Amino acid sequence: MSKGTLFDKVWDLHTVGILPSGQTQLFIGLHLIHEVTSPQAFAMLKERGLAVMFPERTVATVDHIVPTEDQSRPFADGMAEAMMQELEKNTQAHGIRFYNVGSGSQGIVHVIAPEQGLTQPGMTIACGDSHTSTHGAFGAIAFGIGTSQVRDVLASQTLALAKLKVRKIEVNGTLQPGVYAKDVILHIIRTLGVKGGVGYAYEFAGTTFEQMGMEERMTVCNMSIEGGARCGYVNPDQVTYEYLQGCDFAPNGEAWDSAIAWWNNLRSDANAVYDDVIVFDAASIAPTVTWGITPGQGIGIDEPVPTADIIPEEERAIAEEAYQYMNLEPGHSIQGTKVDVCFVGSCTNGRISDLREAANFAQGRHVAKGVKAFIVPGSERVKKQAEAEGLDQIFLSAGFEWREAGCSMCLAMNPDKLEGRQLSASSSNRNFKGRQGSSSGRTLLMSPAMVVAAAVTGQVTDVRELI
Amino acid sequence: MVSEVRTVTGRGIPLVGNDIDTDRIIPARFLRAVTFDGLGEQVFADDRAQRGGQHPFDLPHYQGAMVLVVNGNFGCGSSREHAPQAIAKWGIRAIVGESFAEIFFGNCVALGLPCVTADPSVTKHLQERLSANPQAQITVDLETMQVTCEGVVAPVAMGEGSRQMFVAGTWDACGQLVAQADQISATAARLPYVRWSVAS
Repeated sequence: MSKGTLFDKVWDLHTVGILPSGQTQLFIGLHLIHEVTSPQAFAMLKERGLAVMFPERTVATVDHIVPTEDQSRPFADGMAEAMMQELEKNTQAHGIRFYNVGSGSQGIVHVIAPEQGLTQPGMTIACGDSHTSTHGAFGAIAFGIGTSQVRDVLASQTLALAKLKVRKIEVNGTLQPGVYAKDVILHIIRTLGVKGGVGYAYEFAGTTFEQMGMEERMTVCNMSIEGGARCGYVNPDQVTYEYLQGCDFAPNGEAWDSAIAWWNNLRSDANAVYDDVIVFDAASIAPTVTWGITPGQGIGIDEPVPTADIIPEEERAIAEEAYQYMNLEPGHSIQGTKVDVCFVGSCTNGRISDLREAANFAQGRHVAKGVKAFIVPGSERVKKQAEAEGLDQIFLSAGFEWREAGCSMCLAMNPDKLEGRQLSASSSNRNFKGRQGSSSGRTLLMSPAMVVAAAVTGQVTDVRELI
Repeated sequence: MVSEVRTVTGRGIPLVGNDIDTDRIIPARFLRAVTFDGLGEQVFADDRAQRGGQHPFDLPHYQGAMVLVVNGNFGCGSSREHAPQAIAKWGIRAIVGESFAEIFFGNCVALGLPCVTADPSVTKHLQERLSANPQAQITVDLETMQVTCEGVVAPVAMGEGSRQMFVAGTWDACGQLVAQADQISATAARLPYVRWSVAS
């Protein structure tokens, strides 16, 4: 059993008590809500005559259903409009802070909370969205929940949970040029499998993560859930504090100094005990791309699509399903595969550093003929910052579309969707069958730089050839 | 409304395959709603359409089944509670599988839908039995922690805390949680960041 890790310390500090079932009642420091998984929770509260216990500890925004082109109200999609109105009504009725479209601070929930300093080290954070693991980048214990649990947090600011085990994933060394945080997490998931993390919190440690900026750490923690781990985190350090200082909700003055002292104490002890430790070498990680229908079906860009004989027996059935669905040839290189749509955005890779990296490769190049390519900033603030830096102009002159903030084609609950069997190069997090809005649409996950490389060449390309 | 879940007995339905994610269980377009109504008809919508009536959830002999038998990492991906809601609204009352994704499992607990794990050889065997005889009765017993089907008895597992919540009828934790208001406030008061809040 783990001992002395950040996870253990934060868990203990937030323990309200032990329930008769033996589970822990855990206090949730920050609750984030959005339009998809909250309306039924508010309806359940109403049914039971319950109030919101700590309305000031819940923050709302709208992201999944927001159109990224025409955002005028009412939305063209009547159901999207109904969901929007429900969130407006519920947040108003319960006195919950809501960052609506046009507020200047709306965006993907996992982009706006960190950028405003709502996400802080040592917090417990919950949201009705599996990518809540993102916030672990700050040394928070953050996890996705379902709607009944959203109800529980609204009603009590707590959840009934069983404690997780802790696995330390250590990556050491410097990443090769053209290799990004996205490649690191795709490599980890490919190695440990999509269910390898079930029952675990992942602590990402080692010099590679220490060298990463906050946004890169967020990319890594974001996809913990794709490896089965409900939460992932990085111990807070100077990089974390520099990012947070001056953010809207970060402590200031004397509180800032005491915050740093408190945060430093929460870091995993040098002699902390882990349930498991796995070590990787950063130098061995190549630009990574998925070839199948789970985020674990990934390969280095210079490797062939694996043949069935080298795939472990228990993964062979889903590999066969993937060959058939993706129509990629086992044993052949994935490079040169023609793409139809290229998407940069999402809670994984829709932050300003992602857009800068994408612009870096778009500059002076042009989207290939027949390819639809679009860039979706993760929040209104990211959009504004990108425009201040002229990134929008770089994208537009390179033939990319420049959109409004939202989840967009990561999950296609809005007008951004694949059509038919289109193949998409995507900086998002899931390549499940039908994920991007067409029941036969196909997704290749990769870094934003690799997406741009695919867009300008019209095919899957090793981004290192463009450096 | 809270009730004890000790055993579930009914006909079974096999669904073969690892890593069946919640996007497949209920595609995102059906999440464009403010209630969970109607999800039962939409469960596995795209998989069913692609299999042209041959998906187990469409086969006439599995209609009315109550125990779903799956393989590894069932319910991975999105946290959408719409997925277990859709499965439950179709009529499923218990799920036996090799392993479950964690958020999906937690959502099922909150709905009173028990998910128990069994050895891969057991789930495979159960799936074969249910394919051969769709009328076979299957029982999931949360007190003895066994699954029984046509004379075959095998052990199943579930985290003890969750199991307690089912057998004691406290799987809907909301009331229990709210009742601890004083301790909740005391915990909040111990956390420095609660005091730092700079609501602007």
